Amino acid sequence: MNTTGYKSHISSQFNAELEDVRQRVLAMGGLVEQQLIDATKALMDLDTELAEQVFRTDDKVDQLEIYIDEECSRILARRQPTASDLRLVHAVIKTITDLERIGDESHKIAKMAHELSTQERMYENMVETQHLSRQVSQMVRGALDAFARMDADAAVAVVREDVVVDREYEALLRQCITYMMEEPRTIGRVIDLIWAVRAIERIGDHAKNIAEYVIYFVKGKDVRHTPLEQVEREVRGE
Amino acid sequence: MDPQTMTSVQTRTSLGHGIDISSMERSQIPTRIEDESIAIEVDKLDLYYGEKRALNSVSMKIPHKKVTAFIGPSGCGKSTLLRCFNRMNDLVDGCRVEGGLRLDGKNIYDRDVDIAMLRRRVGMVFQKANPFPKSIYENVAYGLRLAGINKKRVIDETVEWALKGAALWDEVKDRLDDSALGLSGGQQQRLVIARAIAIHPDVILLDEPCSALDPISTLKVEELITELKSNYTIVIVTHNMQQAARVSDYTAFMYVGDLIEFGNTDQLFTKPSKKQTEDYITGRYG
Repeated sequence: MNTTGYKSHISSQFNAELEDVRQRVLAMGGLVEQQLIDATKALMDLDTELAEQVFRTDDKVDQLEIYIDEECSRILARRQPTASDLRLVHAVIKTITDLERIGDESHKIAKMAHELSTQERMYENMVETQHLSRQVSQMVRGALDAFARMDADAAVAVVREDVVVDREYEALLRQCITYMMEEPRTIGRVIDLIWAVRAIERIGDHAKNIAEYVIYFVKGKDVRHTPLEQVEREVRGE
Repeated sequence: MDPQTMTSVQTRTSLGHGIDISSMERSQIPTRIEDESIAIEVDKLDLYYGEKRALNSVSMKIPHKKVTAFIGPSGCGKSTLLRCFNRMNDLVDGCRVEGGLRLDGKNIYDRDVDIAMLRRRVGMVFQKANPFPKSIYENVAYGLRLAGINKKRVIDETVEWALKGAALWDEVKDRLDDSALGLSGGQQQRLVIARAIAIHPDVILLDEPCSALDPISTLKVEELITELKSNYTIVIVTHNMQQAARVSDYTAFMYVGDLIEFGNTDQLFTKPSKKQTEDYITGRYG
């Protein structure tokens, strides 16, 4: 199966169109990855200026989503892609939806940074939140890398990572609950933080989705809603 | 990354290199015929074969140095219209044309038009490749000699240039003196295109140029068409609407002698404005 040969069509125009779409997906990925990093930093430092920055980037992300969507439907109508080309276009259309949602979730985190900046500063659970966010940004980066290199093994690593992130998320949630029970006057602040933590966890899910689209593109196998062990077997070709 | 860097248009990607996204933010505005310079203007053109009317008051503007495709079911008049562009219909008994057809502003149906000259400016390639039973070299050189060019050096250079332009040179450069009839169908079709461009026409008409070719040769000819449009105005008639979608900038849909819709190919194939067009391109046309 030829999965890296999207540049080898007789039609050089078609090659250029696919390469253009791919570059834009990566650019969009770079933007939302930065949004997550900035939103987390804004949350840690209660930096409202940086939170504004995250809001402003939304426009660019949205425009790229619209552009790539249009370009994909144009390619479908004009080139009638088949086999790996069809899977690539399909994977791109799905990937950008998840990227856009990652941007939305970062927006929520930045909004919580705004909320928390008006309240008494809190130090509890912040280190853990930052740690979770770092893991999730690595997932996003991993998914984008897997997409850039069309590397199914790298994609599996991202899927695997999501299990760890989910576990950490649950632990962090439990910690927050304990904290609220011990000091009820902090409930308001901790709930705001939980919204942000929840958004971070969701971003991990979106990164996992993107990794699954990469596996679909490279291997031609749909591994959504499949247990991890089976995904690993599919990618190894067993 | 500090916020300052984020405000610039450079964004870091996971690959570690900067991608300039400033050009990626504009949304696509399809090009419009109104914004193009015009090579051929068809003005209320009627065409009769004897009593039968084959074209009903067709008006359209063919853009300069773009690929324009005519699509439509058999008998819709697309080939008939194409043949008007270099007056090939003059050869048909009982064929009568009314209305205007202007090439660079000059009506080609005026009495004082030199038809041989017109056809030199408006070259044509047919469904079935029709090389002369001569060598590959002579096929391309033929039109040059007719045009009064006799210097061997000039002819040599032009033959090489035309064969390169038609993406055939590498395949035939070592056997230019072999008979053209020994080439494959796809090669013959590209040879005929080389023959057409050797005399530097303004417009190239292609009448079903790929319908006798296999898929790979078809893609090669399509790629060639895309390359040629930087120098020539190209009009192509095709039964294969996917081909029209792939190669053309503008598409005209015709139906029983009427021009139903004419516009940007992207738009026509994603959001056609007429129901008849939609029915035809989606395969609902009965």
